Amino acid sequence: MKVKIGIGGLVVLILVAIIGPHVAPYDPSTSSSAVLQGPSGAHLFGTTLLGQDVFSQFLVGAGPTLLVGFEAAGIATAISILIGVPSGYFGGPVGEGLTLVSNVFLVLPTLPLLIVVVGYLPGSSYAVLGLVIGLTSWAFGARVIRAQTLSLKSRDWVEAARATGDAWPRILFNDLLPGLIPVISASFLFSVAFSILTETGLEFLGLGNLSQWTWGTMLYWTQNDAAYQIGAWWWYVPPGLAIALIGLCLALVNFGIDERGNARLQRAWGERGLTRRFARRRPAALGGESPQ
Amino acid sequence: MRAVGRKLGFYLVTTWAAITVNFAIPRLMPGNAVDGFLGRIGGRLSGRALKALTVTLGANTHKSLFSQYLSYLDSIAHFRFGTSLTYFPESVSTVIGQSLPWTLVLVGVSTIIAFVVGTVLGVLAGWRHGHKLDEVLTPFGAFISSMPYFWFGLIVVAVFAIDLGWFPSYGGYDPTQTIGFNGAFLSSAFTHAVLPATTIVVTAMGAWLVGMRNMMVNTIGEDYITIARAKGLSGSAVMWRYAARNALLPNVAGFALSLGFVVAGAILTEVVFSYPGIGDVLYQAIANRDYPLMQAVFLIITLAVLAANLIADIAYVWLDPRARQGGRA
Repeated sequence: MKVKIGIGGLVVLILVAIIGPHVAPYDPSTSSSAVLQGPSGAHLFGTTLLGQDVFSQFLVGAGPTLLVGFEAAGIATAISILIGVPSGYFGGPVGEGLTLVSNVFLVLPTLPLLIVVVGYLPGSSYAVLGLVIGLTSWAFGARVIRAQTLSLKSRDWVEAARATGDAWPRILFNDLLPGLIPVISASFLFSVAFSILTETGLEFLGLGNLSQWTWGTMLYWTQNDAAYQIGAWWWYVPPGLAIALIGLCLALVNFGIDERGNARLQRAWGERGLTRRFARRRPAALGGESPQ
Repeated sequence: MRAVGRKLGFYLVTTWAAITVNFAIPRLMPGNAVDGFLGRIGGRLSGRALKALTVTLGANTHKSLFSQYLSYLDSIAHFRFGTSLTYFPESVSTVIGQSLPWTLVLVGVSTIIAFVVGTVLGVLAGWRHGHKLDEVLTPFGAFISSMPYFWFGLIVVAVFAIDLGWFPSYGGYDPTQTIGFNGAFLSSAFTHAVLPATTIVVTAMGAWLVGMRNMMVNTIGEDYITIARAKGLSGSAVMWRYAARNALLPNVAGFALSLGFVVAGAILTEVVFSYPGIGDVLYQAIANRDYPLMQAVFLIITLAVLAANLIADIAYVWLDPRARQGGRA
């Protein structure tokens, strides 16, 4: 149920991103004399300090915002697989070394690092922003994938493959990867949410490309022009709310993946209260059900 | 004790990595960013100040990279970070020294409150999973942890400071007060801190709420909970002393990881509220492309996060006896 809401929300937002630029009623950068007006028939989301149409900015900005998020998440997930799987599968210096690298990157705070790096590259394009975010945010996924690889490594079918002398690339693809897919997809979705938050944070601070429209740049201008001081809620509410909704939808989809994979949580959702839980635990021999 | 030793070793390695990354970044960046900066500020500096800058940014010297690195390490050890362009002619260390306490107090207090509130709510939601409380709290937790931190800050300012006028909308204290341990200053500092702190607390507590709730649900299935109930212990006794205590452990471990998020949230919140902490200093530095200040702030923030992580890890080892022998928990 939750998953359906999540996926539905994502589909809607992606459609907005794709169709947006073609449907936008105005050019988002065109200023006009209709300054700081609330929502109206002519301007669905109102206007900015320069008389620009907020709705058009929102529609045009949707695509780049999502694109950077997916690009960064793609890069981060790829790196996290490349580092996470070997660090879990191989013991010894290789495994320990890769784990150490992951832990170091995990602990370094990402936003300050990104601020410094992007600060040296003023007005960078989105591709660069996505690349840099991807290169610094892979560590969490790597750790999760490593834990899952460790757990899979000792399963019977992997042991059997190793015993019969399969080469490790084959083991990787045939035996480990199927078990890793839930973890990888959950990690990817989390990464998208994180990347979008980070990207908008950086743009809010003025580090993105200010001449291109994204939701983050919109929020930069609201801060710059003190929209909240003037009470222009129509300007800053839509982009922020949309970002929050994307994050929420991704979290809901992740929730769903989690529930399907975690048997205990699955049981929990179907039951009401603890008493019923305990009442079911009579041993099978006495006529009760086994806890599956 | 071995476990603590390993942790310390790891944090030493990470500290070295952070310092080295800080050294490497300006030297790896393309273009004339560094030369441009030295051009803007070099004319006004002389002697030691200019030398300190060159050591930090590394432009135009004829020394080998390795000897540059050694001078860099030496100046870090003596807290010589150079002169700031934004706050000229203040040295970077002075600027950081003035703003860091504000951030430490704000972030420290907010994080503790967020952790406690989030964890308690997570315990309640997890214990009564499937019930109304859980159905409300968990999506709420998921939503607030997906919100952009600064956006929530903007809304808080708009509603509580501008519209309702309950709290001041910017600054750390009333400028007409003299700084010091007097009542008037402290109370103005407090009222100025309420809104930023609330922003950080609300945005940070979501993750702990949801995490704790999931761990509670997992823990409830354990046999020792069943035994405790069978022995006749009251619901709340089992909930707090058995389930919550054990479910708490991964949250403490996760505390260290969440610090990165909290720091990011704090930086953005300080910008929204113009709160005179280190996040606001960083923002000014970005606007002016003030590289020595930017890098010094990055280093300080990173080292602070590492220190907090170390404390959290030691606390974890102290809380969980299984971790003490150096084994995997």
